[in-house]
Amino acid sequence: MSTSRRDFVRTTSAAAAALALAGRRAEAAERASRLVVPPSPGDPAVNELLAKALDAAKASGAQYADARISLARTQTIFTREKRVGGLNDNETFGIGVRVLVDGAWGFAATSELSADAVTRVARQAAAQAKANKGAGRRPVTLAPAAGGQKGTWRSDAKVDPFTIPIEDKVALLLAANEAALKVPQARFVNSSMFFLKDEKTYANTEGTLVAQTIIRTQPSMNVTAVSKDFKDFQSRQSNDIAPMGRGYEHVTEADLVGNAPKWAAQAVEKLSAKPVEVGRYDLVLHPSHLWLTIHESVAHPTELDRAMGYEANYAGTSFVFPPEKVLGTLKFGSPLMNIRGDRNQPGSLAACGWDDDGVVPDEFDIIKNGIFVDYQTTREQALWLDWYYKKAKRPMRSHGCSYAQTWADVQFQRMPNVSLLPGEKDTSWEDIIAATDKGIAIIGDGSFSIDQQRYNAQFGGQLFYEIKGGKIVGMLKDVAYQMRTPEFWGALDMLGGKKSYQLGGAFNDGKGQPAQSNAVSHGCVPTRHKNINVINTGRQA
Amino acid sequence: MSRPVSMLDEARVMSRADAEALAKKVLALSTATETRVIIGSSARGNTRFAVNQVSTAGDNHDLVVAVRSVVGKRVGSASTNRLDDAGLKAVVENAERLARLSPEDAELMPELEPQQYRDSNSYANATAALDPATRAAMVQKITDQARAAGLVSTGYLETRVTAQAIANSKGLFAYNRDTDIALTTTVRTADGQGSGWAGASSNDAGKIDAAALGARAIEKAKRSLGAVAVEPGRYTVVLEPTAVGNLVQLIAGAVSARNADEGRSFFTKAGGGTKIGEKVVDERVTLTADPFDPDTLGAPFTGEGLPTKPVTWIENGVVKNLNYDRYWAKLKGKEPTGAAGGFGGGVLKMSGGTDTLEQLIAGVTRGILVTRFWYIRPVDPRVILFTGLTRDGTFLIENGKVTKAVKNFRFNESPIFMLNNLEAMGRPERVSASESGNAGPAIVVPPIRCRDFSFTSLSDAV
Repeated sequence: MSTSRRDFVRTTSAAAAALALAGRRAEAAERASRLVVPPSPGDPAVNELLAKALDAAKASGAQYADARISLARTQTIFTREKRVGGLNDNETFGIGVRVLVDGAWGFAATSELSADAVTRVARQAAAQAKANKGAGRRPVTLAPAAGGQKGTWRSDAKVDPFTIPIEDKVALLLAANEAALKVPQARFVNSSMFFLKDEKTYANTEGTLVAQTIIRTQPSMNVTAVSKDFKDFQSRQSNDIAPMGRGYEHVTEADLVGNAPKWAAQAVEKLSAKPVEVGRYDLVLHPSHLWLTIHESVAHPTELDRAMGYEANYAGTSFVFPPEKVLGTLKFGSPLMNIRGDRNQPGSLAACGWDDDGVVPDEFDIIKNGIFVDYQTTREQALWLDWYYKKAKRPMRSHGCSYAQTWADVQFQRMPNVSLLPGEKDTSWEDIIAATDKGIAIIGDGSFSIDQQRYNAQFGGQLFYEIKGGKIVGMLKDVAYQMRTPEFWGALDMLGGKKSYQLGGAFNDGKGQPAQSNAVSHGCVPTRHKNINVINTGRQA
Repeated sequence: MSRPVSMLDEARVMSRADAEALAKKVLALSTATETRVIIGSSARGNTRFAVNQVSTAGDNHDLVVAVRSVVGKRVGSASTNRLDDAGLKAVVENAERLARLSPEDAELMPELEPQQYRDSNSYANATAALDPATRAAMVQKITDQARAAGLVSTGYLETRVTAQAIANSKGLFAYNRDTDIALTTTVRTADGQGSGWAGASSNDAGKIDAAALGARAIEKAKRSLGAVAVEPGRYTVVLEPTAVGNLVQLIAGAVSARNADEGRSFFTKAGGGTKIGEKVVDERVTLTADPFDPDTLGAPFTGEGLPTKPVTWIENGVVKNLNYDRYWAKLKGKEPTGAAGGFGGGVLKMSGGTDTLEQLIAGVTRGILVTRFWYIRPVDPRVILFTGLTRDGTFLIENGKVTKAVKNFRFNESPIFMLNNLEAMGRPERVSASESGNAGPAIVVPPIRCRDFSFTSLSDAV
């Protein structure tokens, strides 16, 4: 589910604008302009404003408060064929303050970065917390976490994408388009680059003050081939190039110019591919495809707030419920299945030094040898599972899954990187194909849909190949598989080794009302799933 | 400013005079050949509830200034929410810098001269005036009922007040205010075995009956208990208006004339060209987008400042219009369509009939009644084929009567096929057809009965 960030900016910038425009309170406007230059991590002016906000929150009765100041820049470059369709820079700058008063949360945010404004917002958040404190509410308490965190963290980006000249980026995309269009019947091509740089400083009333620079990069291309009789068209998206928490080096390594002819040829080949015969097949799934199946069927149902019903009206609930009946006992998949949460894989989208609770995320097992063993949690949620951690003789702590999409949004539980661990043997993609008698190999993600408890899903892909007797014998089209989550993962009988591990991911995972976007990676290896139901999606008008 | 705005004021948006003043200030900073300024001012209020009580609430304001600069034939865009002098100067400079670095745009269209716009009535004071306490009171009309019934309600109420303005260096100025409200609720049984949904949206908060929505979701939650599995396959279905809206709005997403001409659309004719003039669905179906129709009020101008016009996409089953943007219209010798896209989104209205839901159900020997669809995603753009699932109230119809709850189904279906297999229609009504429950453009559709709807698998999800 993708969401528009602009829609959800929770700010009082209307107020700021009015002040500036009217010339009323020019003093405030002047103070607001003090931080217009991107502050560097550890900028004393930023730290001072955060401290002011926290002081105001405490003075308003907060037992706990945290505040985030962020300047987020994005850049989008979009081309089609020989033309630049869009060249767009956006920026958003402000502070969000969250307070806990007598067990209830309040949150408020503003783009006006002055001492007066942050004080006012902190008080507003406290007032809101008091108003939200309804009768019979379960009071919010926070799991212990190490306070006094200090430091800086930066994405694993070698080249800051905002330092690369625009004309170089445009030239690269147009060269890639030209390379694609040299393939006969490849009629249309779009290509784009998207970059984000979010400089975010976080402080809380437990003495934590940390500055992070988050960088994200996505190059992409889509080639469309049209049949001569105008009765068919097929597209190949370059989504085996994942969005990453890396810098411009990711664009360079993606080699759009070098790959474009291959993607174009594949789009053309899809026109004449054989329509799939419906039936049951052994599926051999490439990591460029499987990451999305993991995202939908494993990562979402193991979010604790969702399992507890907090997202019932939109994102849904979960079949991994109730916790006391599933933790440590639910057979989620085959014994080969080991799923781990983390926010530290280099280049991954969820990587960070501290989450938006100020917690250093840990690596934690979600599924161990096919058995469900833990949920994704924040400081607020970890306490809900205190009984389990005591029983399992494990420390009760947040896994560091708190995240807000911008300064203007309140943080809540979002998924970390949720990854399928490699098998012990050094098995490759080719080895799995060679071991398969009647199957379909799927590369790249395509159509996807899953129910609100994450049982029944349907996935397409970019490229489908028929496997017979251990060999790929040709391309198929109109392929989608339908699955029930526990059966699908129970049918996992082969998986790749360490060398075949790679990251896939998405920028726009939607959750919450109002919906917020999360960026997340999923590492995985190729897998085989026995005897899965495949349908033919092709229908004539 | 015509009136001061402060954080302590009720959340309101920019006036016409203020927007014009801001636009002039930005345009005065421009050194480009042509410049367009787009101002988006919004005040959004939301109240979220879970486990029969308000869980979070927020009132959000935003004001974004976007600048599109044309230098020679080169185009660049930038936006910011930094609205002090330095911020505005920076955003203009940035757009112009990007433009200078861009190649010439072969499809560049000149900025429009000043235009005349019709008045829009899409702003309702009742929505703009809705404060957090009133929102909470509306929500309570649902949570109180659910608690009394021993059920668990969750849901979301959102109001959106927006002001959009466009100005350009040729003296064009357009301004519109708009309000929207959406209220949705999912009521579940405590054991998680039953779930019912109801939702509504409008420009006018006065038209939202929270108590009635709560009652409907509660009734569905109770009736959905004891769901039995029914074999997937092709069924005659009665789709409630929300379910019809979920699917019919997908047609409006495929009306690009350019895509059709280029051969990559359902609306591409075999052999080349478009399907304009071809019959594609049942002759009782007409689909219109009219932002001046009181049922589907929307913006009087597009994102480029072109006046919007009432558009008929499909008339009596025949494709009447596709959407031509200014460039494609010029290339093809057509008038730009001026459909209400951009601001206010694509409003949509479908023709209907006179049957009540009961009458639609009475005409079914064996079939399925669907409340709404969920997680609807494209599968095959060649025929607008989508997949998704039924959710929160799916029932078996036998011999003209609803007899029992059934487990949810996954479908693989196209709204085009669905409207070809049409049997009967009820009266159109406005629905809340977005999956996220966000307030959005008006979708007005009838409940329908159609045959051979394709359910391809069962879901255990409740």
